[in-house]
Amino acid sequence: MTYMDKTIEEIHEALQKGEVTSDELVKESLAKSHEVNKKYNAFVTILDDAKGEEVTDDLLSGIPYGIKDNYSTKGILSTGSSNTLKDYVPFFTATAIENLEKHGAIAVNKTVLDEFGMGGTGTTGHTGVVRNPWDKERMCAGSSAGSAAAVAAGVYPYATGSDTGDSIRKPAAYCGIVGYKPTYGMISRYGLFPFASSLDHCGVLTRCVKDAAIVTDGMKGQDKYDMTSWDSSNINLYEALDGKVQGKKLCYIKELCDINMYPQADSELKEHLNNFMLTLEKCRNLGMEVEEVSVSEKLLKASPSVYVVISCAESTSNMSNLTGFIFGPRGDGNTWQESMKNYRTKGFSPLIKRRFVIGSYVLQSQNKDRYFHNAQKVRRILVDTWKNLFKKYDAVILPVGTGPAKKLEGSKNILDENTAALEDHLQIGNYGGFPSITIPNGFINNLPVGVNITGNCYDDANVLNIAYALESAMDYKNQVAREGK
Amino acid sequence: MDYQVLIGLEMHCEISETNTKVFSSARNSFSEANTNVRPVDMAFPGTLPVVNKEAVRKALMASLILNCKQPEYVYFERKNYYYPDLPKGFQITQETKPIPIGIYGHLDYECNGEMKKIRINNLHLEEDAASSDHLPGGSLIDYNRAGVPLLELVTEPDLHSADEAVAFLETMRSIYQYAGISEADSKKGQIRCDVNVSIMDKDKDASDPSNWGTKIEIKNVNSFGGVRDAINYEIKRQIELKEDGKYNEMPQQTRRWDEESGTTKFMRGKVDAIDYKYFVEPNIPKFKIAEKWLEEIKNDIPTLAHERKEEYIENYGISNYDATILVKEKDISDFFEETIKLGSEAKSASNWVTSNLLGYLNKQEVSLNDTKITPENLAMLIKMVEDKEISSQQAKGVFIESVETGKSPKDIAKEKGLKQITDSGEITKIVNEVLDENPDIITQYKNGKVAMLNYLVGQVMKKTAGKANPTLARDTMQVEIDKR
Repeated sequence: MTYMDKTIEEIHEALQKGEVTSDELVKESLAKSHEVNKKYNAFVTILDDAKGEEVTDDLLSGIPYGIKDNYSTKGILSTGSSNTLKDYVPFFTATAIENLEKHGAIAVNKTVLDEFGMGGTGTTGHTGVVRNPWDKERMCAGSSAGSAAAVAAGVYPYATGSDTGDSIRKPAAYCGIVGYKPTYGMISRYGLFPFASSLDHCGVLTRCVKDAAIVTDGMKGQDKYDMTSWDSSNINLYEALDGKVQGKKLCYIKELCDINMYPQADSELKEHLNNFMLTLEKCRNLGMEVEEVSVSEKLLKASPSVYVVISCAESTSNMSNLTGFIFGPRGDGNTWQESMKNYRTKGFSPLIKRRFVIGSYVLQSQNKDRYFHNAQKVRRILVDTWKNLFKKYDAVILPVGTGPAKKLEGSKNILDENTAALEDHLQIGNYGGFPSITIPNGFINNLPVGVNITGNCYDDANVLNIAYALESAMDYKNQVAREGK
Repeated sequence: MDYQVLIGLEMHCEISETNTKVFSSARNSFSEANTNVRPVDMAFPGTLPVVNKEAVRKALMASLILNCKQPEYVYFERKNYYYPDLPKGFQITQETKPIPIGIYGHLDYECNGEMKKIRINNLHLEEDAASSDHLPGGSLIDYNRAGVPLLELVTEPDLHSADEAVAFLETMRSIYQYAGISEADSKKGQIRCDVNVSIMDKDKDASDPSNWGTKIEIKNVNSFGGVRDAINYEIKRQIELKEDGKYNEMPQQTRRWDEESGTTKFMRGKVDAIDYKYFVEPNIPKFKIAEKWLEEIKNDIPTLAHERKEEYIENYGISNYDATILVKEKDISDFFEETIKLGSEAKSASNWVTSNLLGYLNKQEVSLNDTKITPENLAMLIKMVEDKEISSQQAKGVFIESVETGKSPKDIAKEKGLKQITDSGEITKIVNEVLDENPDIITQYKNGKVAMLNYLVGQVMKKTAGKANPTLARDTMQVEIDKR
């Protein structure tokens, strides 16, 4: 009998009935962690000393979970999957993790990410490539690759993630699970290693919408150490789930979803968009209205560049604290400049260095207007466009990416101009700080694909409820990865 | 050829009077190295800045005093550069766009008895860097200072001499002290200045910036004396370049004040200017300054030095000279006011403070804090003199002892057996003794040398070891000598 492949409510019930103890759950999760790590390389650290916790009425009490390795955890190695912090053991814990600890949750491992969250493949962490539990030859996407792989493989019911462009919601789709980032500031970012502060969100990867609500309730809360956090004490996402969606209004964007926009579409893309249309039918069957809307193609196509400019600029600055003097392995050198240069040159992967160069370039005084300030303007226009949609619609529903997980070998990581907007539209949820959830909505070539629902700021309960209803109308709730399905 | 000098200042002053740092909950105090440090002060990954409202309040108060315009919303910006004393790799500060805590103000100040006006370009709130100590074997960094709130004041180039620059800085220091914003103590490194100096031909129009000479910025001048010396040195250097015909070859540049040699040294040219890649700090949401709050802050501005000075002259009849001295340092002015509140007559208190107290502090090179004198003890001493319990001569000695030991003047007088002779019979007896001993002097006096009376009174004081009441001694002497 295994429990880690069940939902939080089911595990909680088993604990309360005495069918299983918290210690036994931890043992199961740790054993599974080692197994999964061998196969998919999902963890930086496995906490073999983890012990069970007292089981209370709290749904999270006594249940194991995983922490993305860019969350600061006191006394536990926290690397951000970077060589620059390969030996860093913090002396304070991120607020979101502290909150989970207060609920009696038990961390059993720290999961691999793309270095500091700056990647979308799960291949750039300092401990190596994370593999997709549905097919080892495929990527998990990133950056929350380890968390997605572990939850999909049934190591535990949930793991924390962070999302700057789509880092929770894309891996969730590739791994056939649920990925949710709530409204910006609902969960404190204190203790989350920053990538791009104005876009960074904490969030969660689970196998069902209800679990996402339960865990977010456990992580959220205003924090005196994060000025962008806000008081959500009157919001209980779990209790707000009632599945009543009759009369809710959804929209999707023609320029992203219409197959005719992609003359060179391959079969995966065709199937993906076709499957998305079937999902919309399910929404209609649930009593929701679904309408097609049109958004300027030019604006949508500008989004990926906006993301590059803003995220690189902020990350260049955010990671200037990595000098190897105060923490991290100190670099060799006769002067502080030399020592810092060696530390950074050795420590960062080429991908990150490339982003730093871009970030510096777009902030230089002679380039700032052309790049950084323009990117901020386009960001504002995109956010306003979405906010306008939210005046009429409860949420925007869109397919995630262009299909299922890509192959690790042979798939070129080059932006296809035609499909770039479809591949990257989830960034708009970060521009606006919108609550945004991805749930699985089918399979293509035996690999899972996902659909995303994004709503207006502070409308988390509504977004989750729509996702909850839709999930109930499909067959992918709480699915665990089966290799070669 | 005659020249006119244009000087602009950037004055950094730590806000010392908040409990905590500007973006961190670490204590803001002058303490043992590396004891006031929170994770955010050392930029541990994941830490975030949290704005200290009290620091913003004090910055807004300074902005109001300087007649600046306040912003509707407060924003902070990142100034990106690497230095070991800047753990984050950027400083959280403010730029002129969006507007900082204060912009386009002005201030009247006094220089050598003349009122002058200076325009303020802007005032912004930022965080201080850590302080470093460079030793032969390496450098030591003290993170206590990292994150201490710092006000940077940027003036227009409205100053024309080292005197004016120092007078303005002294006025600003006084404002910061009186408004409870900062101790503004340069010995604690709380004040640091960058000085911009240029010269231009005297007959040209200074209101036209195209006539201004090449701007030379002198960085990190850490005392007012240093500011004076650096300006004077730089004026001389630039004039020499002009006279030698080499001025036009001099590029715009940043120089460093070298205190040891008393010279400025080349640091970097304009082309090497650092691009700080400013952008708005994303972790601090912009926040609106409520009208009501601003009004409250305005009402909370304490009486400043120049206002106190006017009060002293108007209400207490104290001379302009003495009033200026009294308000120069806030602790002295406070001490003076406390003494008056305890019932002392204002002029006596003023005399005691300006001559005896300040005389002592200057001679011993200490500050009021280092002594044990209290307003209560000074007020008591003044009363004892008024009541003729001790003579003013005796009082001076008692005062010094009270300053050094903190004992009450009554106790000191008692211990020393000090008691003024106010008995007219006893005084008359001593006066006659003195007269008997000095027949020659009496003759001189009778012959018209009336000043000899002073000598004779002095002899009475000497004979009584200063215990005789001087007025009584003089009056009695006058009466007795006339009898002879």
